Amino acid sequence: MADLLPEHPDFLWRNPDPKSSYDAVIVGGGGHGLATAYYLAKNHGMTNIAVLERGWLAGGNMARNTTIIRSNYLWDESAAMYEHSLKLWEILPEELEYDFLFSQRGVMNLAHTLGDVRESVRRVNANKLNGIDAEWISPEQVKELCPIINIGDDIRYPVMGATYQPRAGIAKHDHVAWAFARKCDEMGVDIIQNCEVNGFVMDGDRVVGVETSRGRINAGKVGLCGAGHSSVLAELAGFRLPIQSHPLQALVSELHEPVHPTVVMSNHVHVYVSQAHKGELVMGAGVDAYNGYGQRGAFHVIEDQMAAAVELFPIFARAHVLRTWGGIVDVTLDASPIVSKTPVDQMYVNCGWGTGGFKGTPGAGYAFAHTIANDEPHPLNEPFALERFETGVLIDEHGAAAVAH
Amino acid sequence: MLLIECPHCGPRDETEYQYGGEAHVAYPEDPSQLSDKEWAEYLFYRNNPKGLIAERWAHAVGCRRWFNVVRDTVTYEIKAVYRIGEPKPEIGGVK
Ligand SMILES: Cc1cc2nc3c(=O)[nH]c(=O)nc-3n(C[C@H](O)[C@H](O)[C@H](O)COP(=O)(O)OP(=O)(O)OC[C@H]3O[C@@H](n4cnc5c(N)ncnc54)[C@H](O)[C@@H]3O)c2cc1C
Ligand SMILES: [Zn+2]
Repeated sequence: MADLLPEHPDFLWRNPDPKSSYDAVIVGGGGHGLATAYYLAKNHGMTNIAVLERGWLAGGNMARNTTIIRSNYLWDESAAMYEHSLKLWEILPEELEYDFLFSQRGVMNLAHTLGDVRESVRRVNANKLNGIDAEWISPEQVKELCPIINIGDDIRYPVMGATYQPRAGIAKHDHVAWAFARKCDEMGVDIIQNCEVNGFVMDGDRVVGVETSRGRINAGKVGLCGAGHSSVLAELAGFRLPIQSHPLQALVSELHEPVHPTVVMSNHVHVYVSQAHKGELVMGAGVDAYNGYGQRGAFHVIEDQMAAAVELFPIFARAHVLRTWGGIVDVTLDASPIVSKTPVDQMYVNCGWGTGGFKGTPGAGYAFAHTIANDEPHPLNEPFALERFETGVLIDEHGAAAVAH
Repeated sequence: MLLIECPHCGPRDETEYQYGGEAHVAYPEDPSQLSDKEWAEYLFYRNNPKGLIAERWAHAVGCRRWFNVVRDTVTYEIKAVYRIGEPKPEIGGVK
């Protein structure tokens, strides 16, 4: 006879039915929505709030990303935002009382051409001026930090050096979401899954509630954290966003002994690789070219990254692709996020983090919560307003930030 | 991988093509008259529907010509292919 199943482990949050009204609702239960709710409750005393998620918690990009965390962006505005976020990452495991395997194992961004080298050195210097740990390292130092990498000059794009940020690293993304969710719940935030927002209730120019698959919910304020679905939400609210949604894929190998001690990213041959705690090699690269909401992409994109990975790491030739998947990323034309007020009174939007918003999760939540609570941006996200597309004060992190993840 | 039918060469793999984003975005008639908001819209704002989209593709390694496609952004199914200059086909809800 089969053994009885063990008891279900403790649930990390309640699953309440929605109340008829909240001081604020956050649309989207990914990392950014949860972090926003957390900081609204913790920093601004707003606990009569709800996070509304159409599917299950972190079923979007939050638990699909390759978990790279770093702050070595070129421009001052980005450096400030991402470095603030990294500093929050450094204290969050303790603050959230949850060991989500944040591992500061360093991130390398490889240079393969003279142009790469110049851009990388420039970025290292910019980072240093912004107080961010950054070094330019030689191919030999690359090899010392990551012995499995091929630094020979017999490959199409030899490694000419790398930028290195020692405080960068990875974390276990689903646990990060659960850690935020548990703390939110403890502070009284309602986390409501299977609740799709399909309309907004307006009083003139002002939002006063949301229509959902579980009925109408009144709300004093509404924060949009819909990532790949941001355009769809904005359209429901009657405004447009300068966003294009694309499929972005990633993959893992089977489990291996630890062979890869850091994180290696290459913009030029386009692949990035780390090894998860469990042992899988985790890899990803660029978006599929076309607009897509399908949470899947094409296999030739995977093949290209594998070719790059095997050239850089010959040892991977014997590994196998175990699983591939895709998310929907919300891309802006300057590759920087939008954390902003909107044309609708009391409605706010956090989106456009595209292929690289996991690292920004705590920083986005921190700044966005401030924006919602005060109806005014925090100095960190002031430059990331929607208006920049009209004023032309873009924050162009294309290429400049090595690769956008 | 998408199988895209170039109106000039016939069906070829997606890897032969380059994507061009939303179709039917005309260059402003009188650029000097545009407000900053209108410039922003022309430069940075594009439709991003969940559903049917009219978009441009170029047969980059074939005839190198641009053409338009109506595609579903959820299923990725291609509903129509038409040449530059031809009107957007009337398919329900295409943006
Ligand atoms: C394959 C891949 C690899 C990546 N790698 C990295 C990386 O290495 N480093 C990095 O920093 N970033 C990375 N990213 C980007 C990062 O994952 C995203 O920028 C970030 O997760 C976006 O914020 P989020 O967690 O809130 O998004 P999501 O988890 O997508 O949350 C949005 C939520 O909104 C919900 N929603 C949408 N519409 C509605 C509605 N109408 N009603 C209710 N809910 C709704 C969705 O269901 C979803 O759960 C990667 C992304 C992908 C896809
Ligand atoms: Zn052709």
